[in-house]
Amino acid sequence: MIFAFRTSDWILLSPELFLTVAGLIMLGLSVAIGKKREDFLAFLAVLMIGVTVAFLVFVAVQPDRAKPILGGAFVVDNFALFFKALILLSLALTVLASAKYVGSAPYPGGEYYSLLLFTGVGMLFMASGNNLIAIYVALELMALSSYVLAGYFKGEPKSTEAALKYFILGAFSSGVLLYGLSLVYGAAGVMGLPELAKFLAGTERSNLVMLGILLILSGLLFKIAAVPFHVWTPDVYEGSPTPVTAFFSVGPKVAAYAILARIFYVAFPKFHADWGFVVALVSAATMILGNVAALLQSNVKRMLAYSSIANAGYALLGVLGFHTGWGLWGILIYLLAYTFMNFGAFTLVILLESKGYAGESVSDFNGLARRNMPAAVVMLVFLLSLAGIPPTAGFIGKYYLFTAALKAGYAWLAVLAVVMSAVSLFYYFRIAAAMFFAEGEPSKLRGSYALTAVIAVCAVGTLVIGVAPQPFLEVLKTCVLGP
Amino acid sequence: MDQLSHVPILSIVTYIPLVGALVLVFLVPKEKTGAIKAFATLVAAIDLVVSLPLWWAFDRTKDGYQFVEKASWIPSLGVNYHFGIDGISLVLILLTTIVGLIAVYCSYTAISERQKEYYVLLLLLQTFMIGTFCCLDLFLFYVFWEVMLVPMYFLIGVWGGQRRLYAAIKFFLYTLAGSVLMLLGIIALYFYNTTGFLGYKGLGNAPTFSIEALTAVAAGMPTELQIWLFFAFFFGFAIKVPMFPFHTWLPDAHTEAPTAGSVILAAILLKMGTYGFVRFSLPMFPQAAQHPRVVGIMVALAIIGIVYGAMVTLVQKDMKRLIAYSSVSHLGFVMLGIFALNMAGVQGGVLQMINHGISTGGLFLLVGIVYERRHTRMISEYGGLAKQMPLYATYFLILALSSMGLPLLNGFIGEFTILQGAFAKNFWWAFFAASGIVLGAAYLLWLYQRIFFGEITNPANAKLPDLTLREQLTLAPLVILALWIGLYPKPIFDVIRRPSEKIVQAVGGRVLEPPALALRGSGEPALPPDEPPVAAHP
Repeated sequence: MIFAFRTSDWILLSPELFLTVAGLIMLGLSVAIGKKREDFLAFLAVLMIGVTVAFLVFVAVQPDRAKPILGGAFVVDNFALFFKALILLSLALTVLASAKYVGSAPYPGGEYYSLLLFTGVGMLFMASGNNLIAIYVALELMALSSYVLAGYFKGEPKSTEAALKYFILGAFSSGVLLYGLSLVYGAAGVMGLPELAKFLAGTERSNLVMLGILLILSGLLFKIAAVPFHVWTPDVYEGSPTPVTAFFSVGPKVAAYAILARIFYVAFPKFHADWGFVVALVSAATMILGNVAALLQSNVKRMLAYSSIANAGYALLGVLGFHTGWGLWGILIYLLAYTFMNFGAFTLVILLESKGYAGESVSDFNGLARRNMPAAVVMLVFLLSLAGIPPTAGFIGKYYLFTAALKAGYAWLAVLAVVMSAVSLFYYFRIAAAMFFAEGEPSKLRGSYALTAVIAVCAVGTLVIGVAPQPFLEVLKTCVLGP
Repeated sequence: MDQLSHVPILSIVTYIPLVGALVLVFLVPKEKTGAIKAFATLVAAIDLVVSLPLWWAFDRTKDGYQFVEKASWIPSLGVNYHFGIDGISLVLILLTTIVGLIAVYCSYTAISERQKEYYVLLLLLQTFMIGTFCCLDLFLFYVFWEVMLVPMYFLIGVWGGQRRLYAAIKFFLYTLAGSVLMLLGIIALYFYNTTGFLGYKGLGNAPTFSIEALTAVAAGMPTELQIWLFFAFFFGFAIKVPMFPFHTWLPDAHTEAPTAGSVILAAILLKMGTYGFVRFSLPMFPQAAQHPRVVGIMVALAIIGIVYGAMVTLVQKDMKRLIAYSSVSHLGFVMLGIFALNMAGVQGGVLQMINHGISTGGLFLLVGIVYERRHTRMISEYGGLAKQMPLYATYFLILALSSMGLPLLNGFIGEFTILQGAFAKNFWWAFFAASGIVLGAAYLLWLYQRIFFGEITNPANAKLPDLTLREQLTLAPLVILALWIGLYPKPIFDVIRRPSEKIVQAVGGRVLEPPALALRGSGEPALPPDEPPVAAHP
């Protein structure tokens, strides 16, 4: 393979390059800036992300950007741009939601922000990855940074436990993924996704490739927390600092969906019937287990962890329906909706954690309606959206996913999915009931400006996509992968 | 009255309460409870006044939908913001605006906590209910249908009785479970019209959710697919009606809800289910709806609902629960009428939807009134109230008689017409249903006897004040409506005749020439048995 290094290639990667530099700057500054002035770091981080967005816009208007770059390792198509935008959004929200939380914790904040940015770099590369090895390296960059983030509150046993579990299981799953990649590479002898597809189109179905695909699928299912690779999720979500949990529930998942979609859509469409069956079973198991287990939780973070497992199950319906024209579109709209609603819900948990690290049970929401009515109403919007009640973003997203399942011929799965979303209402509304019906602390509750901003952004996103989905649908339609 | 067609009157009627709710939220401080009540009442009153011209402007001779508004909403999916009404929607919308005002007005003293939120939710609920009846786009319909659950959930959960949490979530889960299955039915219908799904070849039409277009398309589907979709929609509607055996959420929700909540539940929300059957199930899936087995199941469930509901009602000790169970029985009548699939049955069913709203809504109001005074709903706590509260006893008597179907009152007209329709199909349907009327008389008269007659045995009842002017004002409109429909139902029959004809024609029933019906006008069109009895119980 001949590597053609054109300058223009690097221009297309300018957001990633800038964010890397930004992470390094943050790391350097963390030495100089003391604990007291950390708000400045948070501000700086948001600024850096803002500049990265500007670079992204600059990239978006470049002509000819959709061609593979750097010897086919990356590609900056609309699909990648959408995911990059979504990833940067979740990064910015995370930094804003973290500011006060990290500031009041006895751990230095500079490293925290730089780690977040490095995770972001990994995710941005994932969104563009067009070659198995590039995807793997990007994934590991993201994963390694996030293991550290999970254990960032190193004095807290739960946080350490979360990091260790995440690391061990994550490393194992990376191994599985890598093994799968090597098998496929062994069979095909090429790394690029389009080349793989070309090769596979000309060959018979072989056990080697099938095993490779299955292992790749398993490794990716781990990242999106689908059953049976979900066991790490509740513990990691519970133990990690809540802003990190909020971030894990959206950012890395979104990025994992990007590579899952790209690999299976671009490289393995030929074997759709084979892996489709596995995905259908996994999706069914994920929806059932996620929703049923969430019913039993009293810790909000665990409940939302299981809810995000269940959501992974819904999104897999879109993976199933790739070939129908609805599936990928549905995944994009759902992930957009999911980012707003899930991050919003977690932000409310952060808002309530005034008692410090420990308090995060459903009963913390008791009487929120009296303590802060707008917060309670906004949380209700997020819960309704998560449960898929119109007119919220979650409904539009689910509508597309259910449609994709029905269209792909999985009527039983669609029925299961709608029944399970009715079940999900039960646990979401335990929070709603606590907020509006139960008596809680009498004190009023006020959030910081940063938190309020995050909540407002998420609420507006959730409602606007729900009420006026048309512009979003149109834009996202241009972002699906071409044939 | 043609000027009205240039004004988006339906949207105005729908969104007045919403605007009112927003004003309440942002402009009225929550300490000023007097202002909140007055403003909410004003908004509901304006909504009623604005909705009334619809009654006169509505052209009873025209087929199809009127006051149509249409705008593109989500072109990617073919979803439109599409409003329009026919006679059936019209009477239900007017019922909603009347009951909406009563619900606000009856809550002045009953609700003392978190008043601002309460009135905001009531107004929101009204917007969603009216919107549901106006929709001509299936997607939009689903949006209104679902979002309606949210304010009701909170009305029950915050201001309800002892077991309010349980009742609220049960209500929400039951109805949601039904409606998500309906959603799948909607998606399937959409694909049948466009690109096909699950091995069914699509028609290749442009994507649309228009109820009119999809009705035409669906009617041509293979019978097997029609039956599948019929049952997908069935769960959404049957749970809401509620039909036996999906009725168990209803006694809990009714009993625990605050008075206004019960009134709205009984008068409007239950009608969403029966409205769904006449608007969607019958015209969209006519072959399924006529299929002997399907008719057999529907009628069997309806009759079980009538008889079983009435028998369970007999043994209730709690007044509110008693009236709640009586709804199961009454809605069974409505379903029986609809699935008689003839003019008398369908018209009777629609009329009985209104009647049930009036009489059962009124009874819930009455129970709420004594509950406010005594804080108990147990029948055994009362007795001899007639002497102490003569006005109250009078109103109760009129509405109870209307509920049991005494001639000259509204219930009689509805039940009689339904029985006529059922009789035309099958003697035994009418026979079993009629036994429900007898049982109805039994439980209502017995209830009346226990509460009002005899001496006052419970000293707590000795000093109960009679109705206040405000309470009378909430009841009077319902009594007037009951008498009006009982004495002269022709205007209502005129309004619902055209749409009923269309429905009956769709399901293969015979329609008499309009003059014959209009001339009789008494609301008891003596239809000859229009078809040989269907062998309903194979």
